[in-house]
Amino acid sequence: MGALDRKVLRDFGRLWAQALAIALVMACGVASLVTFIGAARNLDETRAAYYERYRFGDIFASLKRAPANVAGKITAIDGVAAVEARVRDLVILDITGMREPASGMAISLPDFREPSVNRPFLRDGRLPHPGNPDEVAVTEAFAKAHGFSPGARFQAVLNGTKRTLTISGVVLSPEFIYALGPGDIMPDDKRFGILFFSQRALAGLLDLEGAFNDVSVRLLKGANEQAVLDALDRILEVYGGAGAIPRKDQQSHAFLDSELEQLRSIAGIIPPIFLAVSAFLINMILSRLIALEREQIGLFKAVGYSSTAVAAHYIKLVVAISALGIAGGFALGTWLGNGMFRLYGDFFHFPFLIFRTHADVYLIAAAVSLLAGVAGGLNAVWKTVRLAPAVAMRPPSPTVYRKLAPERLGLLKPFSRLTVMGLRHLMRHPVRSGLTALGTSFAVGLLVISMFFADITNALTAWLYDQHQRQSATLIFSEEQGPGALQAVRRLPGVLDAEPMRSVSALLRHAHHERRMSLTAATPDAQLVRVVDDAGRPVFISKTGLTLTERAAAILEARRGDLIDVQLLQGKRRSARLPVAEIVPSYFGYAVFMHADALDRLAGEGPRIGGANLMVDAHQVDALYAAIKQTPQIGSLTLQDASRAKFDETLEQNIVIATTVYVMLAVIVAFGVVYNAARIQLSERARELASLRVLGFTEREVYSVLLAELGAIVMIAQPLGWLIGLGLCWLVVNGFDSDLFRMPFVIEADTFAIASLVTLAAVAVSCIIIWQRILNLDLIRVLKTRE
Amino acid sequence: MATPVFEARNVTKVYRTGDVEVHALRGIDATLYEGELTVMLGPSGSGKSTFLNIIGGLDTATSGQVRFRDWDLTDASSRELTRFRRDHVGFVFQFYNLIPSLTARENVSLVTEISPRPMKPADALDMVDLGDRMDHFPAQLSGGEQQRVAIARAIAKQPEVLLCDEPTGALDSETGVTVLKALEHINAELDTSTAIITHNVGIQQMAHRVFSFLDGRIAETHVNDRRVAAESLHW
Repeated sequence: MGALDRKVLRDFGRLWAQALAIALVMACGVASLVTFIGAARNLDETRAAYYERYRFGDIFASLKRAPANVAGKITAIDGVAAVEARVRDLVILDITGMREPASGMAISLPDFREPSVNRPFLRDGRLPHPGNPDEVAVTEAFAKAHGFSPGARFQAVLNGTKRTLTISGVVLSPEFIYALGPGDIMPDDKRFGILFFSQRALAGLLDLEGAFNDVSVRLLKGANEQAVLDALDRILEVYGGAGAIPRKDQQSHAFLDSELEQLRSIAGIIPPIFLAVSAFLINMILSRLIALEREQIGLFKAVGYSSTAVAAHYIKLVVAISALGIAGGFALGTWLGNGMFRLYGDFFHFPFLIFRTHADVYLIAAAVSLLAGVAGGLNAVWKTVRLAPAVAMRPPSPTVYRKLAPERLGLLKPFSRLTVMGLRHLMRHPVRSGLTALGTSFAVGLLVISMFFADITNALTAWLYDQHQRQSATLIFSEEQGPGALQAVRRLPGVLDAEPMRSVSALLRHAHHERRMSLTAATPDAQLVRVVDDAGRPVFISKTGLTLTERAAAILEARRGDLIDVQLLQGKRRSARLPVAEIVPSYFGYAVFMHADALDRLAGEGPRIGGANLMVDAHQVDALYAAIKQTPQIGSLTLQDASRAKFDETLEQNIVIATTVYVMLAVIVAFGVVYNAARIQLSERARELASLRVLGFTEREVYSVLLAELGAIVMIAQPLGWLIGLGLCWLVVNGFDSDLFRMPFVIEADTFAIASLVTLAAVAVSCIIIWQRILNLDLIRVLKTRE
Repeated sequence: MATPVFEARNVTKVYRTGDVEVHALRGIDATLYEGELTVMLGPSGSGKSTFLNIIGGLDTATSGQVRFRDWDLTDASSRELTRFRRDHVGFVFQFYNLIPSLTARENVSLVTEISPRPMKPADALDMVDLGDRMDHFPAQLSGGEQQRVAIARAIAKQPEVLLCDEPTGALDSETGVTVLKALEHINAELDTSTAIITHNVGIQQMAHRVFSFLDGRIAETHVNDRRVAAESLHW
């Protein structure tokens, strides 16, 4: 090892505390890259493998009823590889030990053969026997939530008959990696499960022998998806087809897509912050080191080392720090990525998890971090290395200080000389001071973003449950009913109020945009489910036009007053051209509202309702549940309170994890920046501070000089951090924006305050460490050396 | 007989670095008297700076006793030493040690703000003949001017003792004389007991009393019968 390399090692050893602080920040950047990109890749690959092995469909369609031979026609469509015609229906479940009724999606599996599309993965037991109509295989999450294993029994209301079903097996399905019950916004495995029956059994139970009401299609490679969708719609039109949807709109798939999108967008936001901060920190300590070693650099060059060789010497130090950061980041990233992926494995239902270590992700993370570090270092190195040896060996010209503008106006009069010293030093290095403030403000920003998630959740739940959907439960009928059904619902025990609800599947077209959407009937005087604006005020519902949510308007690129072609996809399938009367905010999905009377007129079947929103007397819920479990016309029941509780619980878990991680990251950034800034100051000003001590200033007074400067930087960092936090939140809101979910942009004042307080706490810790250094200041040694 | 300001009895100082022991002082007995200008001579490493640091409260002795008037500095705490320096001692160093971000006047007022009976910063600067350069920052002053600011800063609190470690070490002869004149003037005018460390033998002529250091001991103490004015010195 050459002498210069030995010097690198010793420098590293001497600067270990600062090097470690920087390496930590860098490790966070590397780890977040590895974690987010790695988790996204693994999730994507696991899903792809699962889809491939278990033949997940490319196109899905539901209909009223078609004879079995229609499946043959579908198979004949150009580009279709496989077709699975099935029977499916929502059913009410009555499970021992559960007061409220649960919902199930009953789906048929072909008898005596494996399905050619959407194959279930058998985890335990066996698939239901075609000869036994009361056997079902249930999804694993549902079984786990109830502690069911093969042989367990529960009751279900199928086509008006209550039956006791026996679980023959536990399965997973590529269709339900993410299984959302009707009306829910978060999966609730206890209240919603998938039940697989044999084809013969379920068709018998639902009076659909020799027929099907649901079809999934797999396409050949290179098939024209849109052409198949159109052909399928044409075939199913006469059988009450509700419009075929491509895989990208399939619920479970779309949710996973949005999750992947979120991971990728976070990977674009968080790691760059850390890498930028670590580059800045490297620049800061290297600049100082080089300033201290200026004469040595002159000497190296005088004895014949080239500028490049000297620069390379210092860059090696950067590489050493980066190597530490990268290694730490790899370890942390692998661990976090593993943990995160396992969390996904719990939340989404996969039969297997493919966890691969992606060498390229690690390589990219390492390369990017190293580049950031070297970029930060080069700038510091080059300025000095370029100097002629003779110039470098002379001490640099002394720093010229100036009086500050506010001083000339007499504004600093009340401050002591010590404070003025700190402030002048601060202003003498405006770029560095600014960058230090910026670095600290990133910590504030990260904290704002972490608490922003809690703010959004509160805002969302408040908007959703207190303003938009205020019902305590929603009943959905198996079939649409006449208005009389509402009276029957009102007579159910415990029902204080009931309002009709109806939602009709329709194809909406505007310009070249076309999308299948649900038209939801809205009544202007509704008290339970109301169409509201951002502030929760009810919106006027036009009797002639459509009320689009912002998302629906964006999908169709429609503005108020634009005409939309609406084609209903059920009943008489009538069409109309309707104006956009109003655009309202929405955070979940892309609803389209239409005045209930107008929807009835358009459908042309007289007044119909699809279900009812209820206000329920909490003391009589048991009686209500019992009644619902016995009512054949009810297809499903959504309990708003349970749904809200599940939503809160799931988000709370996620938020606690996310907040903890972000707080740790922010503290590392704040600590890294402030500690390094203080150390540099201490090094640059050791002489000044020692002089003050000699003059008789106490340690505390000398410390106040450092604190004045750090304090000013940290104070500037607060509003800057709030702004950065706002910007980051905006990026996150945009990154998370999908057809399924949009975040409101709401940040509580508390969030800013807490972000600042946590940052200040991290700053305080670095200040305590610096205090120890002040106590140990070697007065004599400092004063004996020439500056 | 003049009143003693500092009395040192059998003072030793040992520095330990790892296994190596360096005996910087090997038993110093010395007395500095009120109002006197004392010069400490000696080659590098002879112990004069260590002795000055100990009587100035910047360092503590390994053994022996150091008294400032009635005050025993031997076992004083760090807090007491800070108090001692703040209230009683003025320091001048070879490398000035001015605060670069403060003007000359501000450097001086830094000290007057924490002293019990300070003079006006402007008066202190006038005494070293810098009345017209008060609002300049150190970087805008010459070496001699910077050292005179350091002296003004040291005397502005009207200390009982002024301790100067190689005050002319970084200066040319002409500038050095200006600085010595300032010290002489202050010693005479304010009756401040002054100790000057130097290895410049010529300077001893302006002292009342001269200590010659060698190998951690005082090899010789000499009292000048006739002092030479600073302005007549040259080297």
